[in-house]
Amino acid sequence: MSTLLTPELLSNIGKSAPPKKELVTRRDIRKYSIATGHRQEKFLAGEEAPPMFHIALFWGVVEMEQLSPDGVFMDSFLPEFPLKRAMAGGWKIDYHRPVYPGDVLVAKRTLTAIYEKKGSQGPLIFYEITTEVESESGETILTEKTTRILR
Amino acid sequence: MVNIRPGDPLPERQYVCDSIQLFLYNAALWNAHRIHFDYPYTTEIEGYPGLVVAGPLMGDWLTQCVLDWLDEEGQLVSFEYSNRKAAFTGDELRSGGKVISSDPETGEVKLDLHIKNEADEVITPGKATVRFPAA
Repeated sequence: MSTLLTPELLSNIGKSAPPKKELVTRRDIRKYSIATGHRQEKFLAGEEAPPMFHIALFWGVVEMEQLSPDGVFMDSFLPEFPLKRAMAGGWKIDYHRPVYPGDVLVAKRTLTAIYEKKGSQGPLIFYEITTEVESESGETILTEKTTRILR
Repeated sequence: MVNIRPGDPLPERQYVCDSIQLFLYNAALWNAHRIHFDYPYTTEIEGYPGLVVAGPLMGDWLTQCVLDWLDEEGQLVSFEYSNRKAAFTGDELRSGGKVISSDPETGEVKLDLHIKNEADEVITPGKATVRFPAA
């Protein structure tokens, strides 16, 4: 039934992106905690990062030419998909320890799945990215699997 | 921990995301997706009824539901959610959930989580596992 997924496209499964390294700051934690509506003082004061803070920490900071007309960037390590419009997908995260200001975290991302489903308004392409977030010394902080949907 | 039973509800919280919160959230990410800030584009080109509340923002609200219920007594071990249906600025949304199982041996408690819209539809379902210190 698959019509959009060529063997060439599927051969990208297993590809990894160059690791990203970012410094966690109190200011960035505070901005994130306020914008999301957190109530706990340790988050609002930037003393500890909320569980979803890594989404903000590792969101792609790309140059404007790399954004599509709807303001979205495609990860440069991802293949070109035959569908373009991004819908939000799902997340699964396993936590090992909290994140604190001063942490330097490394995110290692791998494209772990590509599959197609029939949506009510046409085909949908799903792809899954697995991200390992580690400390500089290699301690696992969290593992995240993100599924993105294109229509 | 000893008092936690399957079926126990988690406290509900109402969220009404306005364009200021949506802007601040996407600014904190560096997310330029136009459906979150460009009203004419979002309604006329994409055909949505209003600015779209960011999916991972609603995911964060589910973690708040867990953390506010835990009140520092246990820790979040794993969390998952998916965005099933869009929500828009001004929508009255509610987070909540309930206990699915509780294992006193391991201290692990499994939770079902949701964001519901005004029509009482679950638009963002989720699950979490939390761990309480061993007794």
